Amino acid sequence: MMELFVFVVAAAMVLGGAVGVIVRNHPVHAALSLILTLFGVAVLFVAQQANFLAAVQVIVYAGAIVVLFLFVIMLLGVDRAENLRVEPFKVQRPIAAAVGVGVFGLVVAAVVVSREARTAVTGTGLEVPAPGGGQLHDGNIKALARDLFSSHVLAFELTSVLLVIAVVGTVMLARKPRKGEMQESEA
Amino acid sequence: MLALDQLLDHIKLWSTEFLIVLIKVLVVFVVGLVGTMLMVWFERKVISYMQNRIGPDKAGPKGLLQTLADGIKLFFKEDLIPDRSDRFVFILAPYLAFVPAFLVWSVIPLGGDFSNGKDGTVIILGHATKLQLADPPIGVLLLLALSSIAIYGIMLAGWSSGSKYPLLGSVRASAQMVSYEAALGLALATVILVAGTLSTNGIVVAQSSLSRWHVIATGVVPFVIFLIAATAELNRPPFDLVEAEQELVGGFNTEYSSIRFALFYLAEFMNTITMSGVIVTLFFGGPQPIRFSGVNITLGFLGPFAGTVLFLLKVLVFLYMYVWFRATLPRMRYDQLMNLGWKLLIPLALGWFMLLAAFRVGQDNNWNRALVGVICLVVLGAAAWLLSYATKVSARNRDREGAMF
Repeated sequence: MMELFVFVVAAAMVLGGAVGVIVRNHPVHAALSLILTLFGVAVLFVAQQANFLAAVQVIVYAGAIVVLFLFVIMLLGVDRAENLRVEPFKVQRPIAAAVGVGVFGLVVAAVVVSREARTAVTGTGLEVPAPGGGQLHDGNIKALARDLFSSHVLAFELTSVLLVIAVVGTVMLARKPRKGEMQESEA
Repeated sequence: MLALDQLLDHIKLWSTEFLIVLIKVLVVFVVGLVGTMLMVWFERKVISYMQNRIGPDKAGPKGLLQTLADGIKLFFKEDLIPDRSDRFVFILAPYLAFVPAFLVWSVIPLGGDFSNGKDGTVIILGHATKLQLADPPIGVLLLLALSSIAIYGIMLAGWSSGSKYPLLGSVRASAQMVSYEAALGLALATVILVAGTLSTNGIVVAQSSLSRWHVIATGVVPFVIFLIAATAELNRPPFDLVEAEQELVGGFNTEYSSIRFALFYLAEFMNTITMSGVIVTLFFGGPQPIRFSGVNITLGFLGPFAGTVLFLLKVLVFLYMYVWFRATLPRMRYDQLMNLGWKLLIPLALGWFMLLAAFRVGQDNNWNRALVGVICLVVLGAAAWLLSYATKVSARNRDREGAMF
């Protein structure tokens, strides 16, 4: 009963925020709607006992990425409504429609398939038994860390390399070309 | 369901467990508000004495009720919403600043029985419980999450005012808070490394004697970094560029009045108290008694309140320190602030974290401690030289090419 209630509220947050991102004209309002969606997802994670994922969701997405969005919106002064009639890239709307229908179909297929699957046993999964019996208070996090830094350590390190490359690339793009270089490119 | 409190496992409406949780929520809420009220009075009074003034002394004994009077005044002032503001966001912003400030209280252990290595569980009305509202497994991560949410309040307040000085103030504030959050998180990581748990209760339990207090166990440096980063995170002097009166009129809250302004004010002071509570929890053992080589200050005569009193005393030291900072330190310049954060605190915190991690691994594998130390120092020295060389090169390039922005 309680779980259903939490699910309905969180799902309403997720969907309301998602619709808001598309419908609101103002970029800042759209970004705020996105935060609502991210919080809804975090609540759903907590309801599934994925506490760590919920915290990371809020810290990384709501706390860092959307803050960055807002920063860009405020500093670049693009906080005004876009004219939707102008389409810079002609084929994108048909493609978007096709992708939308495709994703919807996939979600429906996933739900249909999962109805036939065995029902999962509730309360197992990531919970780790403590040495003295009972459940470890933060076993979930410890299991996650062990998995991430042992069997997936290569992917983890590669991701950090990717991020460093992205930062270096941004710095290179943002750098003003030197006077000598400018003349060469013009000539 | 949420693993927040052992009382909540099989809870029924209006049972004794339910009442205990309800009482805890009420106590945390009321103590938070009253504490903030007293903190405003404390700050004004202490700073007055430091400046050879008397400070508020008319309302109540020693001016104790001055904050209450100010609060009532603010309630009855006209609530202005500027014409060019974005109404919805303008009204929303104060709550975004205020709610996270309150929520941090829920994970701080406010007391309990930690004597002789107990885990702080006390018996209330026949039920074992901890004297903290919630003890989620993610504990301190919640602090980071909430401090990153608090940025929104300030950022959106300045932007939605539709006026340029509040916008400048809020851009400064959010840039500062985002920058120092990294150093804050890295200093926090060393504590987590030493304690081996994210739960705030577990962190307090791990600090059972003075030599195990994390301020000593992590080697003082993370504490200093955390203190500086926390002060910047709070936008308190000497990092209060957000409210630089001389340049920005009043900062991000210039256009706010009445109760909305009061909410910002309340959030600011409440954040000071909660951050002091966080520092005490992470580095100074929270409600743990002070125990070293035979000396044992448990304040046992206070019975069940000993832990709470110890916690409050420790918090008071840091509150006084924040007021002291405000009275003595001049405000930093913006580029100094950014240089301190990015070029000193973050590399230092990262280096120190690696050092502690290396010692930890060495301990597990029985490596020679001295050898590990020497290798670490060589590597860190090389890294520090590279960093300073890189900043020098970039400074020279900037001189030659002119500033990029």
